[in-house]
Amino acid sequence: MPWLSTLMGVSVLGALGVTLVRNDKLAKQFTLVVSLIVLALTVGMAVQFSPNGDKFQFVETYDWIPSFGVHYGVAVDGIALVLILLSVILVPIVVLASWHDAEAGKRSVRTYFSLILVLEAMMIGVFAATDVFLFYVFFEAMLIPMYFMIGSYGGAQRSYAAVKFLLYSLFGGLLMLVAVIALYSIAGKGTFMFSDLVGTVQDVTTQKWLFLGFFVAFAIKAPLWPFHTWLPDAAAQAPAGAAVLLVGVLDKVGTYGMLRFCLELFPDAAKFFTPLVIALSVVGIVYGAIVAIGQTDMKRLIAYTSVSHFGFIALGVFAMTTDAGAGATLYMVNHGFSTGALFLIAGFLIHRRGSQFIADYGGVQKVAPVLAGTFLVAGLSSLSLPGLSTFVSEFMVLTGTYQRYMVPAIIAATGVILAAIYILWMYQRTMNGPTAESVKGLRDLNAREKFVVAPLIALLLIFGFYPKPLLDVIHPAVKDTLSSVGVSDPAPAVPVAKEGQ
Amino acid sequence: MEPASHVASIIAHSGGAIGVAWLMIAFPLIGAAALLLGGRASDKYGHLLGVLMAVASFVVAALAFFQVLGFQPGERRRGVPLYDFIPGIAKVGLLVDPLSISFCLLITFVGSLIHIYSIGYMSHDPARRRFFAYLNLFVAAMLLLVLADNYVGLFVGWEGVGLASYLLIGFWQHKPSAATAAKKAFIVNRVGDFGLLIGIFTIFATFHSLAFADVFSAAGGASSGTLTAIGLLLLVGACGKSAQLPLQSWLLDAMEGPTPVSALIHAATMVTAGVYLIVRSGPIFQGAEAAQLVVTIVGVATLLAGAIIGTAKDDIKKALAGSTMSQIGYMVLAAGIGPAGYAFAIAHLITHGFFKADLFLGAGSVMHGMNDEVNMRKYGGLRKVMPITFVTFLIGYLAIIGFPLLSGYFTKDGIIEVAMEHNAILGWLAVLGAGITGFYMSRLVFMTFFGARRWEPTAHPHESPAVMTWPLIILSIGALGLGAFLIIGNRFMTFLAPAVGAPEELPSFNPFTATGLVTLALVAIGVAFAWFRYGAAEVPAVAPRGSFLTTFARRDLYGDALNEALFMRPGQWLTRLAVFFDNRGIDGLVNGLAAFIGGSSGRMRRIQTGFVRSYALSIFVGAALLAGAWLVVGNL
Amino acid sequence: MTTHYLVLSALLFAIGGVGVLVRRNAIVVFMCVELMLNACNLAFVTFARQNGNLDGQVIAFFVMIVAAAEVVIGLAIIVTIFRTRRSASVDDASLLKH
Repeated sequence: MPWLSTLMGVSVLGALGVTLVRNDKLAKQFTLVVSLIVLALTVGMAVQFSPNGDKFQFVETYDWIPSFGVHYGVAVDGIALVLILLSVILVPIVVLASWHDAEAGKRSVRTYFSLILVLEAMMIGVFAATDVFLFYVFFEAMLIPMYFMIGSYGGAQRSYAAVKFLLYSLFGGLLMLVAVIALYSIAGKGTFMFSDLVGTVQDVTTQKWLFLGFFVAFAIKAPLWPFHTWLPDAAAQAPAGAAVLLVGVLDKVGTYGMLRFCLELFPDAAKFFTPLVIALSVVGIVYGAIVAIGQTDMKRLIAYTSVSHFGFIALGVFAMTTDAGAGATLYMVNHGFSTGALFLIAGFLIHRRGSQFIADYGGVQKVAPVLAGTFLVAGLSSLSLPGLSTFVSEFMVLTGTYQRYMVPAIIAATGVILAAIYILWMYQRTMNGPTAESVKGLRDLNAREKFVVAPLIALLLIFGFYPKPLLDVIHPAVKDTLSSVGVSDPAPAVPVAKEGQ
Repeated sequence: MEPASHVASIIAHSGGAIGVAWLMIAFPLIGAAALLLGGRASDKYGHLLGVLMAVASFVVAALAFFQVLGFQPGERRRGVPLYDFIPGIAKVGLLVDPLSISFCLLITFVGSLIHIYSIGYMSHDPARRRFFAYLNLFVAAMLLLVLADNYVGLFVGWEGVGLASYLLIGFWQHKPSAATAAKKAFIVNRVGDFGLLIGIFTIFATFHSLAFADVFSAAGGASSGTLTAIGLLLLVGACGKSAQLPLQSWLLDAMEGPTPVSALIHAATMVTAGVYLIVRSGPIFQGAEAAQLVVTIVGVATLLAGAIIGTAKDDIKKALAGSTMSQIGYMVLAAGIGPAGYAFAIAHLITHGFFKADLFLGAGSVMHGMNDEVNMRKYGGLRKVMPITFVTFLIGYLAIIGFPLLSGYFTKDGIIEVAMEHNAILGWLAVLGAGITGFYMSRLVFMTFFGARRWEPTAHPHESPAVMTWPLIILSIGALGLGAFLIIGNRFMTFLAPAVGAPEELPSFNPFTATGLVTLALVAIGVAFAWFRYGAAEVPAVAPRGSFLTTFARRDLYGDALNEALFMRPGQWLTRLAVFFDNRGIDGLVNGLAAFIGGSSGRMRRIQTGFVRSYALSIFVGAALLAGAWLVVGNL
Repeated sequence: MTTHYLVLSALLFAIGGVGVLVRRNAIVVFMCVELMLNACNLAFVTFARQNGNLDGQVIAFFVMIVAAAEVVIGLAIIVTIFRTRRSASVDDASLLKH
């Protein structure tokens, strides 16, 4: 069964179907059902994935533009699989959370939900693409639905934010296009298939230029410091659901691309640029956290925490140890859940009070304890509290990095302290203290909103104590990637005589 | 002393209570989950469920303890493998050995008593169910901390207790001071956790394993530089959790939490986690003399600092908090000495758990009767109206100052003796600390229970209900006799030996050493001085200004001022700078580029005049240039 | 042999070009454009003769057709502009800017 094409097909057909439904309420329910079907299908696919089998599974390859060697090629390895799972889990949650978000927008409600499903198809496609050209097409095409979601349904500054987002991404995308074409012609294989292109560019100088073309695109997408300033604007202006998909999934394409394309296609260049990337990541971790502390707008604050977290992911990718690489991949998934929960709950709060400014709140805990409690859990996941899944990934990234790059890991670990400051200070200012006059009448979470938050918190808790199912899938893929780059893990200074624990 | 040579190896696979030791953690965890998710419906029985879970956990711990006792000493370390937590890094399992089971007994027993006490203390609070949920959460996390058989499990518990502490300090979060104190506690603890994390990374990078069994068996092979680094990093973690200098500042503020919390978390159990960490990591510290020296210095500095702070506080809970710092300083000092000190450190930790919980709960009982007044200058003469509280408090007081034959006498003086043998300077400073302890504790007792009644007119002090006094009575029995039970005949030292090792020759208990006598004399002087100042003399209702030294002590030795000047202000400044840089610098550059392109296109379009003939001219000129260029190139 | 024709063609082209640039009246500009086109035609035909093939003559026909089409559209535009603005000056029709 062509699983991946089916997934995308169902989403696209669903998107078309939504536009045909005349009634808004029916359209929402229809979207939810479609996204749940996609989720069920993906789970059905995931259970058939054998972690220790072939690297790429569920392979489908068809010629698309034969004269240029462009294929419609999709398949997944462990890394892509968990990211697709992340995407399809987040979509129904976002749909349910955005139930009333599109009503204030410029365009119809149905269009908004249709855009979500289009985006879902593209998110699956971008992670599954095994043809570099197809990847590029999805990479750019994803911008379009997101542009409309921000530009038509966002806050007061939406058009500024949407254009900024689009221009930044296009700029990076075009650099990547140049690199893709150059790679095609330098490789001289007459094909864009990823697996045929690996190892074709031997010359280190060429590798460096091509690496930069890909890397800048991914660094803007991720976003890595100093390419990050579009994110706070976009995330703050986007409706909460779109912000979740933007930060939770779209941005992961950047770090996923670094792991998949930058490392495997250009191993020598990746090694050459590692010090630079690690420096950028570490600066991003600390800088993002410090700027987050100083924010007055809740959504911007959460966006800056993501800048810090993306620093951790990039650090893990370029530390090039199994632990760090697997940790970074797991981090991408966990960050989706964690930031997703934060954005959505902050969205619920903002929707009630009509203000994004932290100063407009205070003492919400008293009037809306469930909202405050779930917000605290989401916040704690952002500061990587053990017991929540984010801890596992952050721990793995830092442990893995420390084995090879001690000082950067130590500086990055200060993010642990800064995270406590930005999260708890925001929590204190919004939820604690005497109840502000303006929030006295605030309602607590309703049933729909509880259904939105519950699965996210459950996932954070389950993978916090038992991350093995995900890691079992991720580990072989990461090992494979690192071995194709040609690095091996550092050996311990004092090996322990293993006699079975 | 050979590092870890006396430590027995771990035997996996156990049946009975040890095999299900995870139940100890599971019971309170289930309790916490049920209470948090239960909603209003469980308000009626929530507190009872919380107590039940704590007691169930205690029963498992007690059964496991007797099972451990039943084994030969060499077979008393039992591993309970659970599951693969982070594949490739850590499998999680439990380690039931004399050290961890002692902690389990302390945590679950004192924890259960404090749960029971809280039924009465929190009876008027509408959020009592949530309170019990947090208490249960704390117990579960603390048990995980001491039972884990590897550093990751320990760290999970370590941060878990930090979370519980945060939630409980900020329990009355509508008070800004409580919310701020909670946040401060968490952040300062995180600074310590940062050190601990780096320590764990170093351990993993060195040994590629985080299991205690692997790390300690291989520790001998690591260089002393590595071990020193690990030891110092673990010490940073211990300082954060155990409120040792220089990370002590959060503990005094933590008294914003309800009093049972101060008793359980910020006196009896959580704050001693640092001592546990140092003792548990003994094989690492024993290979790192420099780290051990720093541990002892931190311990002594804190025991003096805490005692000095305790002398100047008028808030009864803050005075006790200073005392807690000081007593943990003693334990850290002993833990830094090595196997000779471990048994005393843990023994003092256990007896301290009893008498300090007794004192805190006594203080809570007083506050309960006095409309939550904490200022001791508004107490006085309470011994008549609160007889049970008074007697139990008195026993706790005598235990802490080391009155002969009570608990503190055996355990604290044991530490002083060991310290004296180890290093005379440290020993004498510890003796000095004992003298100050005599003074500040007597001051506290005299101001509260003796002298004239300085109550507010609205206060109607009364004895607390039985649900609160019974825990006091039980705890005071522990304060009375536990020290003698543990120390005489080296009972506890022999029991702990398989887990932490023991000195070559066991110390013999001698009540009449020179050090002991000097200590007693100093304590007596302290008590007498306190009697003249606060017992016999009138206590002014408003604190006198006092000397420079008094102010110094009142302001917590300027710890907060230092933090503010060194970290908070520069931090705020840095934050503002970074935000400015981000908006004006990076984003400014991007927006500036956009504005430049927009502006130049605005200028460029002026060229489009709209006059057809000027367009035509430019076409001709262009064509002529092209033709000219072609001619030139073509002729080359 | 054919040089004279080519010189004449260049002269006609230059006269037409100058006319386009300096005259204001749209009709005159238009006629100058025609003059340039016809100068080109003359050159094409000359080259056809010189090279002894028909390519240049064929192209001359194409140019005539284009010129005819241009006259139709161009005159229509000029007449429309004259009707609305009462002027056939090309400098008055400068609104198509910015």
